[in-house]
Amino acid sequence: MRILDTLGFGKIALTANPTRTLLILLAMSIGVASVIILTSLGEGARKYVSAQFETLGSELLFILPGKRETTGGLPPLLGTSPKDLTIDDALSLKRSRAIAYVAPVILGAAPVSFASREREVVIFGSSSDLKAALDLPMAAGHFLPDDDPRNAASICVIGNKLKKELFDNKKAIGEWLRIGERRFRVIGELSSKGQSVGMDLSDTAIIPVASAEILFNKASLSRMIVKARGKESLDKAEADILRTIKQRHDGDEDITILRQDSLLQTFDGVLQTLTWALAGIAAISLIVAGILIMNVMLVSVSQRKSEIGLLKALGAPTSQVLTLFLSEALMLSIAGGIIGVFIGLAGAKMIAYFIPNFPVQTPLWAIAASLIVTIITGLIFGSIPASKAAKLNPVLALSDK
Amino acid sequence: MIKLQDICRFFKVGDETVHALDKVTLDISRGDYISIMGASGSGKSTLLNMLGLLDMPNSGSYQFEGKELTTLSEEKRATFRRENVGFIFQSFHLIPRLTAAGNLELPLMLMGMAPKERHTKVKDALANIGLADRANHLPKQLSGGQQQRVAIARAMILKPPLLLADEPTGNLDTHSGNDVIKILEELNASGITLIVVTHDLELGERATRKIKMLDGKIIEDVTSEKPI
Repeated sequence: MRILDTLGFGKIALTANPTRTLLILLAMSIGVASVIILTSLGEGARKYVSAQFETLGSELLFILPGKRETTGGLPPLLGTSPKDLTIDDALSLKRSRAIAYVAPVILGAAPVSFASREREVVIFGSSSDLKAALDLPMAAGHFLPDDDPRNAASICVIGNKLKKELFDNKKAIGEWLRIGERRFRVIGELSSKGQSVGMDLSDTAIIPVASAEILFNKASLSRMIVKARGKESLDKAEADILRTIKQRHDGDEDITILRQDSLLQTFDGVLQTLTWALAGIAAISLIVAGILIMNVMLVSVSQRKSEIGLLKALGAPTSQVLTLFLSEALMLSIAGGIIGVFIGLAGAKMIAYFIPNFPVQTPLWAIAASLIVTIITGLIFGSIPASKAAKLNPVLALSDK
Repeated sequence: MIKLQDICRFFKVGDETVHALDKVTLDISRGDYISIMGASGSGKSTLLNMLGLLDMPNSGSYQFEGKELTTLSEEKRATFRRENVGFIFQSFHLIPRLTAAGNLELPLMLMGMAPKERHTKVKDALANIGLADRANHLPKQLSGGQQQRVAIARAMILKPPLLLADEPTGNLDTHSGNDVIKILEELNASGITLIVVTHDLELGERATRKIKMLDGKIIEDVTSEKPI
């Protein structure tokens, strides 16, 4: 039998019972549409997070003192203690052509007071490069000046939350604060966007790194924040950092480098898994639709017994009867799948329309996968009624009036 | 043409074994016009199904033009039916959603004939049974007699040498029944072997060879010289 004839025969059989056919198509298309809409949301979330990371700058590298092993187990108790990271280490990194900015950072906590108000906040000892590396926007005044970071000036930049707590709506620029035992003049104020991954700069005071050394009485950096000259320079920057520090630390590679892009990859992986999970949950509805197809086809087979008997009497072998019924199931599932893709795409568009801030993105693989699953569903659940039809005894089938 | 030798067919109903065919031996020649009569359950329909290879015997031999058929595979039996047997049923067995032309086309479609060739054949066949103007009518829009004529045309569209009719007039009034018988007998006159299973004495008597069955056995087999 020709393929077109097989399809034509199936089409007539399906259109002869429009209500039933439409119901199956509805079930199938809802299944496919939900796969597409849910994966669109998952993929959108992934893209959204990626985009957020992009704006923060994925060219950042964080250098921490000491080698962190990620293999688990106990930390080396008797190993050599890592050498301190120093301001000079930071300055030496600036010579690399792959590196744009190096911000040395000393972190500590100290009470900050103005007039009668006092607050215990995180103090950032850093340099002018911090602003450039983290892209910090200013609300008023200036950031730390671009001079020698070994210069312990008594100036500070405060986050917007700290500013509100200490000054309310009064002008802060030019006022003198007390941080710990020392006095600092406020030269700038960060705007509310001064925020980076894992660091909230709104409730901090930023002072020159040399001043922080004196304030906390330590000569080692807590970390360095390095910004590469571009994404393509990241690997070179990382290699340069390792080589330079190793040279300066007598051959010990006693630092840990964290890259923001690897953090992004982790997030990306988690969200990708989430998208797959959503697709999997939605795929359950496809299976339900498949069972519905099977059910309806089984009813159809028992209603069309005499027709099956006739086909056999006219010389159709078992395999042909099987093909006829299987192609009916396949036509149903594929048609439902295609309708579902359109409903799904329309649904995704609607969500994008009503929630404009959320990027809804339909991944191509979701469309392909849901169509493939649809076909497999049709084949699997169609094969049971089809083989039942094919196995019918023609004598009994014909006598069934 | 056909040689049946000791054909047995039994069914198990509960603990009992029902012998639908009990050692039936029968020779049929090409061009025969045979009626098979008998009470319900005498095995006449089973014999007809056996001749059309819709049913397989439990034992015995069925030879068609010297070829043994009882050993054929399911696939080969289907091919045999398509090439050699036309079936006519009491309830016509037209597919309700297909038009008269669509029903006629079915055997040609199943064998994979090209649409163009099919359409010519269907057109000719419809003209032969006088239903050319009913080509696009669904079975429910045709009278019983017309439906049976379509069914006969369908059975004969591939020109099989053997035509098996199971109560062909059972669902028809006398007038349309006579039309149908006329067509069947014309086909027989053109050389096709016609075997009719019927309750209808009048129809049965028309055949040149009359077989009577009881409890799965042939109890009478009379050949008259010429049809009435």
